[in-house]
Amino acid sequence: MSGFEVARADNGEVSVLRLKGYLDAHTASDLEAALQRLVDEKRYRVIVNFKDLGYISSAGLGVFMGFIEEMRNGGGDIKLSNMSPKIFRVFDLLGFPALYEINDEESVALASFHKK
Amino acid sequence: MKKPLKSPLKPRKKAKRGSMPGRAPNRGADVLPNLKKKYQLRIPSHAGNLEIIREFASRIARKVGFNEDDVNKIELAVDEACTNVIKHAYSYDSKQPINLVIKVDAEKLTVLITDHGKSFDPKQLRPPDMKEYFVQMRVGGLGVYLMKTLMDEVEFDIQPGKRNQLRMIKYLAKDGDEQ
Repeated sequence: MSGFEVARADNGEVSVLRLKGYLDAHTASDLEAALQRLVDEKRYRVIVNFKDLGYISSAGLGVFMGFIEEMRNGGGDIKLSNMSPKIFRVFDLLGFPALYEINDEESVALASFHKK
Repeated sequence: MKKPLKSPLKPRKKAKRGSMPGRAPNRGADVLPNLKKKYQLRIPSHAGNLEIIREFASRIARKVGFNEDDVNKIELAVDEACTNVIKHAYSYDSKQPINLVIKVDAEKLTVLITDHGKSFDPKQLRPPDMKEYFVQMRVGGLGVYLMKTLMDEVEFDIQPGKRNQLRMIKYLAKDGDEQ
């Protein structure tokens, strides 16, 4: 059993990926596959919800780096939400808050997509 | 003159209790004079083993008294280091072993990670420029930067063709600045 799961829920034009477990060099490919599927379906408005994610390493952060340009070029974005302080700190150490929209709640991220 | 009594039959008395000359009282080292432990994990170089590696490191860190914040830092630094070994030194050859040693004494935790894979020149590493990473969409390469941020000391000992060894140290909070 893998210690990582991605659950996808589509809400209009927005797709929400809810992560569970741990995201490291072993499980990063699962998230990559989920994001690649969205690109293939031309669904570029993405929210990633970290509520049930217990751990992330730089291999996990690298996945977001690999897809952000494609999503933005397609007219969308990857917005991040519901990070625990432990998860947020890793993003913060690597300067992600300057590059990504990080929301406290998924609903806030969803509302900001709908505003546009 | 009589020599001081030294009977071979009698076990020597333990060190006197109380203060020792020249030493600060109530330091961990005095309470537990021989608090030196060494833990070792030899494990195949496979990313699926990172979970076990993290568990190993964080259990030890927690057991010796690091607060949860520092346990998380040690756990992540060890993961990043081993991920680099798996990816770069051994290029995902899971038949190769990673040798992880964690030594603990009264004031610090030392992590030693040794591999016999491809070597690199640590001097060539430079701190990542996040803007540049963002523009170039480079994936990975952030591990060493994180390790240096999370740990108190990080040092590479590279012997090309022989072995690569990484040493990372985290100091325990001193008396008085514990959480």
